[in-house]
Amino acid sequence: MQASPLSFRTRSGRARLYQLALAAALIALAIGAAITTRHNLEARQIRSGFGFLAEPAGFDIGEGPVPYTPQDSYLWAFLAGLGNTLRVAAAGVVLSTLLGTVIGLGRLSRNALARWLCTAYVEVLRNVPLLVQLLAWYISVTELLPDAANPIRLLPHVYLSKSGLAYPTPVWARGWAFALAGLPLGLAATWALFRWARARRERTGHTPQVRWAALVVFLAIPALGWAIGGAPRALDVPEVTPFNVAGGGGVTPEFLALLLGLVGFTAAYVAEIVRSGVLAVPHGQTEAAAALGLTRRQALRLVLLPQALRVIVPPLTSQYLNLTKNSSLAVAIGYPDLVSIANTAINQNGQALECIVIIMGVYLFVNLVTALGMGVYNRRVALVER
Amino acid sequence: MSEPLPTPVRKGGVAGWLRRNLFGNPASAVATVLLGAALAWAVPRALHWTLTGAVFRADEAACRALGHHAACWGFVAEKHRLILFGRYPYEEQWRPLVATALVLAMLVATAFPRLWRRWILSAWAVVLAVFLFLMGGGALGLSRVDPGEWGGLPLTVLLTAVAMTASIPLGVLLALGRRSTLPLARTLASTYVELVRGVPLITVLFVASFVFPLILPQGLPLSGLARICIAMTLFEAAYLAEVVRGGLQALPRGQYEAAASLGLGYWQTQRRVILPQALVLVIPSFVNSLLSTFMDTSLVTVVSMYDLTGSLRLALGDPRWRGFFLEGYLFVAGIYFVSCLALSRYSQWLERRLGGWARRTREARA
Amino acid sequence: MSVQTEPIIRLRGVSKSFGRFQALRDVDLDVGRGERIVICGPSGSGKSTLIRCINRLEEHDAGTVVVDGVELTEDLRAIDKIRREVGMVFQQFNLFPHLTVLENVALAPHTVLKLPLAEAEKRAMQQLERVRIGDQAAKHPGQLSGGQQQRVAIARALCMQPRIMLFDEPTSALDPEMVKEVLDVMLELARAGMTMVVVTHEMGFARSVAERVLFMDAGRIVEQAPPAEFFAAPKSERTRDFLAKVLPR
Repeated sequence: MQASPLSFRTRSGRARLYQLALAAALIALAIGAAITTRHNLEARQIRSGFGFLAEPAGFDIGEGPVPYTPQDSYLWAFLAGLGNTLRVAAAGVVLSTLLGTVIGLGRLSRNALARWLCTAYVEVLRNVPLLVQLLAWYISVTELLPDAANPIRLLPHVYLSKSGLAYPTPVWARGWAFALAGLPLGLAATWALFRWARARRERTGHTPQVRWAALVVFLAIPALGWAIGGAPRALDVPEVTPFNVAGGGGVTPEFLALLLGLVGFTAAYVAEIVRSGVLAVPHGQTEAAAALGLTRRQALRLVLLPQALRVIVPPLTSQYLNLTKNSSLAVAIGYPDLVSIANTAINQNGQALECIVIIMGVYLFVNLVTALGMGVYNRRVALVER
Repeated sequence: MSEPLPTPVRKGGVAGWLRRNLFGNPASAVATVLLGAALAWAVPRALHWTLTGAVFRADEAACRALGHHAACWGFVAEKHRLILFGRYPYEEQWRPLVATALVLAMLVATAFPRLWRRWILSAWAVVLAVFLFLMGGGALGLSRVDPGEWGGLPLTVLLTAVAMTASIPLGVLLALGRRSTLPLARTLASTYVELVRGVPLITVLFVASFVFPLILPQGLPLSGLARICIAMTLFEAAYLAEVVRGGLQALPRGQYEAAASLGLGYWQTQRRVILPQALVLVIPSFVNSLLSTFMDTSLVTVVSMYDLTGSLRLALGDPRWRGFFLEGYLFVAGIYFVSCLALSRYSQWLERRLGGWARRTREARA
Repeated sequence: MSVQTEPIIRLRGVSKSFGRFQALRDVDLDVGRGERIVICGPSGSGKSTLIRCINRLEEHDAGTVVVDGVELTEDLRAIDKIRREVGMVFQQFNLFPHLTVLENVALAPHTVLKLPLAEAEKRAMQQLERVRIGDQAAKHPGQLSGGQQQRVAIARALCMQPRIMLFDEPTSALDPEMVKEVLDVMLELARAGMTMVVVTHEMGFARSVAERVLFMDAGRIVEQAPPAEFFAAPKSERTRDFLAKVLPR
C-alpha cells in the first residue's frame, strides 16, 4: 500500500507537511510585511531602492584613508566609512594581539607581582561594558589633553593634544609607490628563501641559517624600489603654531579614543585565550620534548607552539571579528566609521532599510570570509584522529 | 671524605614564598623591582586621589578648588539619583527602587539550586508583572509614568530581565531547529543565527528604531521601549541558541535511541529526556550569557534610551559639574564591575556545585 | 497455517548500507514466538544493525521486515505499534540520568501508554522487584553500579509489556563481576517464555539459553544451528575461526 507523498502517517510525509506549513506561514508574513512597509513608506514620502547611492551625500567626513568631499556620492561616503572601520580594526587587531599576549603570558608568570597585575587587568576590563570604557576614554582624551596650541611632545615632531596625535608622514612620490609594490615581492622572496632552507635541511640534515639573509632580502627589495623611484625624502612635518599643530599626518581624538578603548577591552579577552591555549598543552609534552633532548627553543617551536596555536587560533579569530563588530560603537563618539555614516545617511534621507541592509551586508561578508579562512586553517591543522 | 654541602636555601615560610615568587630568577627580580617601583609611585597617589584628598560633600566650590588633584565624589552625591533613576519623576523614585530591589531579591533567590522547582518560573512572571506595574503605574493610586521616562539602573535591569527570559524559548526553538531533520527548518534556523551573530548589536538596535515603525501596520504602535526589548530579545536569542545547541550536542546519541525504542515521540523526547538534561548542562554558559546581555544593554544609549550609561551622560550634561566626569564614570563602572564580577564568580561556583551527572557528562565530552 | 507457527519476526532480503559500507547483505531470518536466538560474530559483521532494524532504529534499504504481522515501512503508526511490542536493552544502558530509577521505568508507560502516573509507578515497582532492584527505586542511575543500571534498563523495557526483547551486547560494557547478575535476569526472562534476540559474546549464555545460535560475518548470516551442534561441529571455516578466538581455552 503506497501512502501519498503528503501523508501525515509517514515520516517523510509528515516532514513535507510541516515544511509546507512553515513555508506558507513565512510567505504570508513576508507578504504582509512588504505591504505594510510599502504603505508606510508612501505615507512618509520616503523613496525606495538603492538609487540614492549615486546622489551627492552632502555631509562631511572628518577623517579617513579614502579622499572624500561632500559632493561625492553616498556610495563613496559608505566606502569612506568602510575605510575608517578597516583602519581602526586593523590597528586594533595588531595592538590587542600584542598587548593581550603579553598580559596572557604575564598571568602565567612565576613573578607574583606580574601575575596579580595581569589578573587584575583582565578581571576589571572584562567586567565593565565596552561602551562605558569607550566613553570614558573619549571624554578623557578630549578633556584632559592640552589644547592644540600647547601640545605634549612625545617624540621630535610627534605631538599629542586635544586635536589628536600628529606625526610626520612622507610626501607621496613615485619612490614610495615602488617601495609599496616591492613589499609583496620582498615577502615572496623571503618565503622562497625559507622554502629553500627547509628543502636543504631535509636533504642534508644541515640547517642553513637564513634568518639574517631573509630580513635583509625583505627590507632590501622595497628599499630598492624606493631608490629606483628617485629616493624621495621629503616629509610633511607637523609644526606647532600659536593656534594649533599644522601639517603632517595624524589621527583624530575620536580615532585615538576608539583605538584605546577597543584595544584595552579586547586585549583582556586575548589574554585569556592565550593563557588557556598555553595551559591546554599537556605538561607531558614538555617533558617528552626535554627527554628527547630538544632545547627549550626547539621544544617551544616544534612541539608546544603548534599545539597551543591550534587551541588559540579559532577563538582568537572570533575575538578579531568581535573587535570589528565592536568598532561600530564609533557612532557613540562621532568617529566616522561605516555605521556612523549609515546613521547620518538615514537621518538625512530616511532610507533606513537600504542603509541597514548595506551595513549588515558588509559585516556579514567580513564574517563569511573569515569563517571560510578559519575552515581552511582548521582542516589543515586538525589532528588526525581515528 | 667529601666537602660538606652548603646549607640548603630556605624553601618554606614567608621568605621562601617571596624568594620563589618575586625573585625566582634574574628576570623576575628585575620585574619585581620595576613593577614594585611603579606601584609605589602610583598607589599612594591613587589613594590620595580617591580617598584622602577627596571631597565627599556636594559642595561645588570645594570641588572646583580641588582642580584635578583629587576626586570630587560630591558629583556623585549630588547627581546619584539622576544617574541611578534617569528622568523618572523625582518624588516617585521610591517606585523604581522597590521594583529593582524586588527583581534583585528574586535573582538572589534563583541563585540557589535548591530552589529550582516549577513554581520559580511563575514567581518570576509575577515579579516581572509587579515590576512593570510599579514602574508604569496608572492604577491603585500610582500616577502613570510613561515608559519613555524610565531610566537608569531599573531600565538596565528591565532590559536584561526581559531579553533573557524572552530569548530562552526562542533560543531553544532555534537550537532544535538547527538540529532538525527538516531541511527548511534547519536552513531557516541556521540562517537566522548566523546572520544575527554576524552583525553588531548596534545594527539590530537600528533595525528596531528605524525599521520596525516601517514594517508594522499603523494601527499597532509599539513604544520605543517595547521595540528595544524585542530587538534585544531577537539578538540574544541567536547567541543563546548556540549555547543550547552545545548542550544538545553533548548528549550521547543513546539517549535519543533509548527514548525512541520506548516509543516516545519527538516532542515527548525533547520535553522529558533531552531538554531537561541539555539545559542543565549549559547553565554556567547561560549565566555567562546573562552577563553579556547585562553589559550589552549599555548600547541602548546609542538609540537614545537613558539606561545607566545614558543617564550618566545626562548627568554630565550639567555644565557646572562637567569637569568631574572621571568620578561619574568610575561610579557607573563600579556598579557594572561589582555586578558582573558577582555574576561570573557565581557562574564558577555553580559549575562546581552542579554535581553528579551534569559534570560527568560535560567532562566526558570535553 | 495456525497463528502459533507463524514467525513473530520475519526478515526477507534485508539490506542496509551506511554510505559505501554495506552492513547487511540480503539477510533472511525467521524468529518464532517464544524462541530465543543468540547472534554472534566479529565487530562490523552487522549483528547490531540487524536487531536495530527490527525496531526501526535503523531503516533498512531493501527487503521486508515484518514484526508480529505488521510490516515495518515509513508508516509512523506501524513503527509506533511495533515499538510498543518490542523492547530493547542497549550496551551502554542509556538510562536517563536526570530521573530517578523509578521515574526512568515509569516514564514510557505514563507518556506513551497514557497510564495515570500512580498506576505507571505501580507497574514500574513490579518490574523493579522482578529484576530484584526495588530497593534502589529512589536513587539516580549515576549512583548505581553498571550491573544494577543494566537491570534497571531491562526493567524499563519490560514495563511496556513487550512481546519481544532485543538485547544489543547487554554485558559488554560491564565489569566481569557484574555480568552474572544481568545474565541471571535474562535467564529468568527466557524461562518465562519471552521471545529474545540477543547479540552477545557470552557463549555460556548461548549454550544454556539459546534455541538457535547465528553467526554473522560481513553482513550475512553464515551459519545457524542449535547450540549443541553449533559449538561442537561448526560447518563453516569462518565460524570455526571465530569460535577459536572467542571461546576460552
